[in-house]
This record gives sequence, C-alpha cells and structure tokens, in this order.
Amino acid sequence: MLTYIIRRLLHTVLVIFVISLIIFFSIRLTGDPVSVMFSAGEPSKEAIEEVRKNLGLDKPVYEQYFIFLKGLVTLDLGESFRSGTSVTSLILERLGATLALAFGGIVVAMAIAFPVGILSAVKRGTSIDFFGRIFSLIGISFPNFWLGIMLILVFAVHLRWLPSSGFESFSHLILPSITLGMILSGILARLVRSSMLEVMNQQYISTAKSKGISEWSVIIKHAFRNALLPTITFLGIQFGSLLGGTVIVEQVFAWPGVGRLIIDAINQRDYPVIQGGVIFLAVIMVLVNLIVDISYSFIDPRIKTGKGA
Amino acid sequence: MTTKNDEKIIVKGKKSLGKKFIQFVKKNPAGFVGLLLVVLSVGSALFAQWITPFDPTKASLMDRLAPPSWSDPTGESVFFLGADQIGRDLFSRIIYGAKISLMVGFFGVLISLVIGTILGLISGYFGKWMDDFIMRTADVQLAFPFILFAIVVMSVLGTGVWKIIIILGLTYWVGFARLIRGQVIALKEQEFVQAARAIGGTNFTIIRKHILPNVLSSILVLGTMYIAEFILLEASLTFLGLGVDPTIPSWGGMLADSRNYITTAWWTAVFPGVAIMITVLGFNLLGDWLRDRFDPNLKM
Repeated sequence: MLTYIIRRLLHTVLVIFVISLIIFFSIRLTGDPVSVMFSAGEPSKEAIEEVRKNLGLDKPVYEQYFIFLKGLVTLDLGESFRSGTSVTSLILERLGATLALAFGGIVVAMAIAFPVGILSAVKRGTSIDFFGRIFSLIGISFPNFWLGIMLILVFAVHLRWLPSSGFESFSHLILPSITLGMILSGILARLVRSSMLEVMNQQYISTAKSKGISEWSVIIKHAFRNALLPTITFLGIQFGSLLGGTVIVEQVFAWPGVGRLIIDAINQRDYPVIQGGVIFLAVIMVLVNLIVDISYSFIDPRIKTGKGA
Repeated sequence: MTTKNDEKIIVKGKKSLGKKFIQFVKKNPAGFVGLLLVVLSVGSALFAQWITPFDPTKASLMDRLAPPSWSDPTGESVFFLGADQIGRDLFSRIIYGAKISLMVGFFGVLISLVIGTILGLISGYFGKWMDDFIMRTADVQLAFPFILFAIVVMSVLGTGVWKIIIILGLTYWVGFARLIRGQVIALKEQEFVQAARAIGGTNFTIIRKHILPNVLSSILVLGTMYIAEFILLEASLTFLGLGVDPTIPSWGGMLADSRNYITTAWWTAVFPGVAIMITVLGFNLLGDWLRDRFDPNLKM
C-alpha cells in the first residue's frame, strides 16, 4: 500500500513539473510579453527596459523559470502586470466562486444522472430505457455554453424567474450549475446504467429478491450501493474536465471565478495571471485525481497490485 | 472461376439493394438518423457557395437584427433565420460555419489518429522502454485538461483554424494510442500472429498485414466520436475568443456575438447552437452505430 502511495505521489510531482514547464514555455513562445503590452502606444526604449527590469524579464529564461518554480512551491505566483496585486491573492479571492460552481455542477449531474441511469437499467429495453439513452446522447451533443445561453433566454429573459449573471445569492447559482452539470449528467447516466446492469446480474441480487424484499428496496439498498463505487471514481476523474468547464460557464454567466480571471487576463495580456491561474487549476485537478486514486486503493485493496495503475 | 449459381446470387444481391437499405433503416433507426444528419452537415459544408442565398460576410446596417422572415410582424425581413447585429444573413453564415466545424473535426482527427495509431502500435507491439515512455507521456497529457492547455497556447499564438487543428491533433493522440496499444497486446498473443512470426515474417509485415487490419474498426469508431468532440471543443474555444478568427463565419463565433443581443434577437443565439447540435448528434449516433456493428465490447 505504502509503495503504491509513494509511487503515485512521485508521479504527481512529475506531472506538475511537466505541466509547469509546458505552461511557462508556451507563454514565452512568441518572445517578449512587454512588447505586446505596449503594442498600442509608442513608449520610449527606456520605459520598456524599466518595465522589463521590474518584472524580472531581463534575466535569462532558465533563471526566470527557476524563479517561477520556486514561487510555485512557496505559493508565490508573482504579481499582475496590470494591477501589481499578488496573483495568489487574486486567485484565492475568486476560488470560492469557482468551487461553488463546480460543486453545484456535480450536484446537478448526480440529481439527473442517478434517477435516469437507475430507471434505464431497471426498465431495460422499454421505452423508458430508450428515452434515457436518447437523453444521455443529446446531453453530450451540444456545447455547455449554448445550454447556458438557452437557459438565460428562457428563465432570465422571458420568464424572469432567475438572474442571468452575477454572484450574490443562491438563485444566481442555479442556472450556471445546471449548465455545468448537464453535460456531465449525460455521461454519468450512461455509466450508472451500465454499472447497474452489471450489478443486477449478480447472485446476491437474486438472493435478496428471493427473500421477498420489495423490488425498489433491492434496487436501492443492494444494487445501487454497489454500483455507486465506479460512479464515484468516475466523478473524481471527471472533476478535472468539470473545472475546465467552469472557465467557459463563468464566461457565459459573468461568474466572478478563477476562469473569468484567466480570460480577462488574456484580453489584457496579463501573463503572470494567465500563467498562475492555469497552473493553479491544473494543480487542483491533479491533486483531486491523486486523492481519488489513493482513497480508492483503501476502499478496494486489489488496486495496489495493479502495476502502474 | 464463376459458376452459374454464383452469378445468380450476385444478381439477386443487386436487386435487393433498395430492400436491404429499408431493412438497415428498420434495424438501425438511430444509425440511419445519424447518417442523415452527417450527410446534411457535410453537404452544407461542401456545397456552401451554391446553397446560400446571401453572401455570409456582407453587412447591411439596414437589416440590423432583422427577425426570421416567418416571425416578422412587418413582413419586411427576407432572411429565413434572421440577420445578426450588422445585418448579415444568419442562414448563410450557419451554412458556411459548417465548413469550419467539419474541417476542424476531420483534420484534427486525422492528425491525432495518425500519431496515436503509430505510437499505439509501437507501444503495444514492441513493449519495454518504448511502451513505458509513450504511456508515461500519455499519462501526463491526460492529467493536463485540454481546455486549459488550449487556453494558454491560443492566448499566445492568437486565433486561427489550423492552430486549433494542430493543438487538437497533438493532444488527442493519447486516446487512439491507448486504445490501439491494448488491442495490439491482445492480438500479439493470437495464433495467427505467432504463426506469421514462425514463418519468418518481419515485424513491419506482421504489423501491416496482421495487426493493423484488426484494429481499423476501433480506429474508425473512436475517430467518428472524436469528430463530434472536436467540433464541440472548437466551438467552445471560439466562443471564448481563442479559436477561429472572428471575421470567419463559425458557429462558436456567432454564439459569442449573440450574447449582447440575447434580449432583443433570440434567433442569433438559438440557430447556430441548433446547427452544432445537429452535426455533433449526427456523428455521435453514427459512432454508436459503428461501435455496435464492429466492436460491441469497445469501452470508451
């Protein structure tokens, strides 16, 4: 068990290191950010040099990278080109909004996918199953930002039931959460259906049924509980793409999260914020995967024997 | 040598082509719908200049945000799906938008498919350090979500269709490589491969003649599904302003424009999304059918 955890930890460190390399060097791909910053005006050479020196861009690239890497370890991601505020504090300020959205998305996905998946599996081959599968298929066939726009159109513009943007109360969270959770619910419903079908064929289900327990009691207490494990793992793995999705959903709903911070920084060519924001989200995703993997190895000890799992 | 009997069978096969088609439709209604939707969008992309009623880039401020002709109370609008914020015909722009989406889908998949297939074959067939190296690289790529990677690279490189295609191709090879590696490992132990090796077949011949033909159907299935995914990803990136150049008609770009006019011009927000859905649903349905047909056990 311990060797598995250590191997998994080392792998995580390697992944974060490679990601930091990719992000750092992609951003310097086109050369000097300062020249892009000043693209509008015609500043003097001295002014450019001054800014470069202040931002540490006059040092050689490898030295800049080590400074960046050192900052990463000590959670100091530099300062914004524009406002001079520390990038870490900018991110932490907005992290709550992003996590609230991600959490809302997961809740919506489960609230839709569990009933749809279970019903599809139990009523396999009937029209309910058919509609469940159609739902899953349609759920993965449109971009989530479009769903967001349609929800705004119906519930904010026409019915005026819910706000279309901002982050003030619970009602602001509803439309963004549905938008984020919907795509995931399509994939999740498919998974719940297939793992339910697998479990329902097991002998202990027949045993439970033959004991005269009511059908739904068997389905929920015996079948669903066992089908839950792969579902939870899947949610852990999907958390990454969910956080990626928040970047887009935040843009649709003017949600003041980390994703919107990154997109605003792109429009202002504020490279430390882009760099810091992206690596911050990436590290969260990698860590969530690590936690899911390790906790799963406690729940199901067979995992640790799998080579390089 | 062809006997009389064989000829009869061939003729019979020809005669029942229409019948066979009806049978196919009855047996696979979902696959048929998928095929239909794919033909519809590919047709729109290929024949765009002949089927569009207006120039998709021609602005006309007189027609600013003109509603669809069938829902216009004044009866003045000549645009079937309405016009956008600078008076361009929405229908023509949607038809032209199919070009961009399908280009990204096809060429993106082509690149990732070629890279992924080659690396998957090497990884599965030769194993050892090459397998380790390729699969570790794949792990790292998987850990770094595409959308974040694309945001960083596109924000530096600037917009462009081919930039998206190359970024998609260079990230999504992992799916093909993993799929093919797993199948090659299983195939390698099969008797026909062992036999080919026993009679002195070189590695290259064995891969080309015995392994590759057996993984083609899975490549086809995954490729079809990736086209759907790539179309969605391109639309999302363009929506963020990090995809296709805003001057080129694209579905994601049209939706990005629509956000400011959502209260006054619902058509600008609805129809480009419907176009995306029709196309993506088509490829997903087709992919599902291909999977059931060739490879029912394939897990993706």
